[in-house]
Amino acid sequence: MNTQYQTGATQVTATLAGYNFGFLDEQTKRMLRRAILKAVAIPGYQVPFGSREMPLPYGWGTGGMQVTAAVIGAKDVLKVIDQGADDTTNAVSIRRFFVRMTNVATTEKTREATLIQTRHRVPETPLSEGQILVYQVPIPEPLRWLEPRETETRKMHALSEYGVMHVKLYEDIAQHGHISTAYDYPVLVNGRYLMRCSPIPKFDTPKLHMNAALQLFGAGREKRIYAVPPYTEVKPLDFEDHPFEIERWPEDCALCGAHDSFLDEVILDDKGGRMFVCSDTDYCGERREAGHTGRMSAPYKDEAAE
Amino acid sequence: MYVAVKGGEAAIGNAHQLLAEDRRGDPGVPELSVAQIREQLSFSVDRVMTEGSVYDPDLAALALKQARGDQVEAIFLLRAYRTTLPRLAVSRPIDTGSMQVSRRISSCFKDLPGGQLLGPTFDYTHRLLDFALEAGGAVPPAEGRGALAAHLPQVVDLLNAEGLIERELPDAEAAPVGDLTREPLMFPAGRDVRLQTLARADEGYLLALGYSTQRGYAKSHPFVGEIRSGEVGVEIDIPELGFAVDIGDITVTECQMINQFKGSKTEAPKFTRGYGLAFGYSERKAMAMSLVDRALRAEELGEDITAPAQDAEFVLYHADNVEASGFVQHLKLPHHVDFQAELTLVRTMRAEIAAANEQQAELAEAAQ
Repeated sequence: MNTQYQTGATQVTATLAGYNFGFLDEQTKRMLRRAILKAVAIPGYQVPFGSREMPLPYGWGTGGMQVTAAVIGAKDVLKVIDQGADDTTNAVSIRRFFVRMTNVATTEKTREATLIQTRHRVPETPLSEGQILVYQVPIPEPLRWLEPRETETRKMHALSEYGVMHVKLYEDIAQHGHISTAYDYPVLVNGRYLMRCSPIPKFDTPKLHMNAALQLFGAGREKRIYAVPPYTEVKPLDFEDHPFEIERWPEDCALCGAHDSFLDEVILDDKGGRMFVCSDTDYCGERREAGHTGRMSAPYKDEAAE
Repeated sequence: MYVAVKGGEAAIGNAHQLLAEDRRGDPGVPELSVAQIREQLSFSVDRVMTEGSVYDPDLAALALKQARGDQVEAIFLLRAYRTTLPRLAVSRPIDTGSMQVSRRISSCFKDLPGGQLLGPTFDYTHRLLDFALEAGGAVPPAEGRGALAAHLPQVVDLLNAEGLIERELPDAEAAPVGDLTREPLMFPAGRDVRLQTLARADEGYLLALGYSTQRGYAKSHPFVGEIRSGEVGVEIDIPELGFAVDIGDITVTECQMINQFKGSKTEAPKFTRGYGLAFGYSERKAMAMSLVDRALRAEELGEDITAPAQDAEFVLYHADNVEASGFVQHLKLPHHVDFQAELTLVRTMRAEIAAANEQQAELAEAAQ
């Protein structure tokens, strides 16, 4: 799909007047692509880059948007999700922005997308070769809560000095019997760099490992880009006697019956009533189309009553 | 059922319409024009230009109108516009020594060569609400608009005849001046990058940090060497012509703060400097900036780093209000996936504790 990336103002004319294809000027895109190439060459390493102001606020996906703007081409098919859903407000806003700035085709189907920008989830449907997954990253530094100084953490990465993180996980187990990190779980990439997966639930962490797609991470406010190239080892930190585990739910998806997807809890009333549904709306919809049903997907067949 | 996160598209459209309607306010009241904001809310415009890093009073006034007067929002609008502009040239350093001053004061000397000029300042006004302004009406023309010489030496340079103040010399190596808008902030940050960060920094944040240095968190004993405001020419080199061309004037406010320095093993006691510069008449900003600039020079001057204002990583990483405002407010975005993950973990941990307690109670019962 490399041929699509010869972007340029001449390529597409139907975008918003006065703005370059993908919003950013070509020089800026070149700078971003260089940073991305470096990131791909050193998996998990945070590459500093000259992050630009985007027309959306910092913390709302400006890093992911800059990465997307740098790699998007006129023939790309874009999917944008937030919390796994295509129709959450910020996903809608970012998708609209790219439609205005590039006029590319968009989709909600994970399989159809060539480029997926995400916040807080990895799609349930496995990705394939040629797809790019762009993560929005709020804090790129995995050691930040343990060491607030960037000068220190850069040194720690240079020396692979990650003992402090193991100690933190050990203390969790000693105090709580568990590693008390539920999302943004620390991973070691390609056996070298400690990396933050962005705030995805640890349920999604194993999906990064040996993934066929190119995974790019953009942190706009913190001005860092990093990457996990296709088929790269991504190992969650754990201990032999406390292996890494993902979360489980007491129920299946109430709409599609899935028992292998990340479920959101939806509160139904003020009497403790609740249901669990897939956070990945495309995955759930695809399953329902294929005929799968859940506890509450057929309200007339009142089987949930007892 | 389950519509909580659906319909984002329609909701966003409605929100934009409501915002536009509320921005306009009561349609019975005449609409503000951009020119009115530019002319009559000029200090607001100055702040938006300074922190928005674009010298353009019309755009800043438009941003203020669009942001309903919210300055941080207006600064963000201007920055987001700025990022799309091509970089045509880099100007020569502006020469504030040849400023056409409308205000020039020093607190170090009773009088100085070239004279002092109070200019249009809030200083010495009594802060009494002026109800006459409510009625409006013409303002009588000001008499006594003073003028000083076209070239005024910097007060700090006058002291330098004795070598009492450190000299500010260009860096030994001829490295180009850093540019935060192109390269990320890295540490240790040179003074050029620190000053650029401070120039774009939130005024309230700098004010508080500067204030903290006056209250004992990094004592620097400051004196206002000089504050001057006025117009300076901006020149760019045109390679084809082989000489510099004046492309226009901008209004800036400059503050040279003089601070005590007790000396070190290698240096005799002398005065050191802090520097502040802002677009327009942003005097509070320029003064606060000069205090923080001086505090951040602690390492270079061999002073102990004990206070927040001296901590470069702390000061510089948190100075930008576009970054800070965005990240604080991103907490409004849905976080229900992370929250669900935490919820699951907390439930598991509570269940384990409950089970353990139960087991202990059973054991205690069995022992009786």
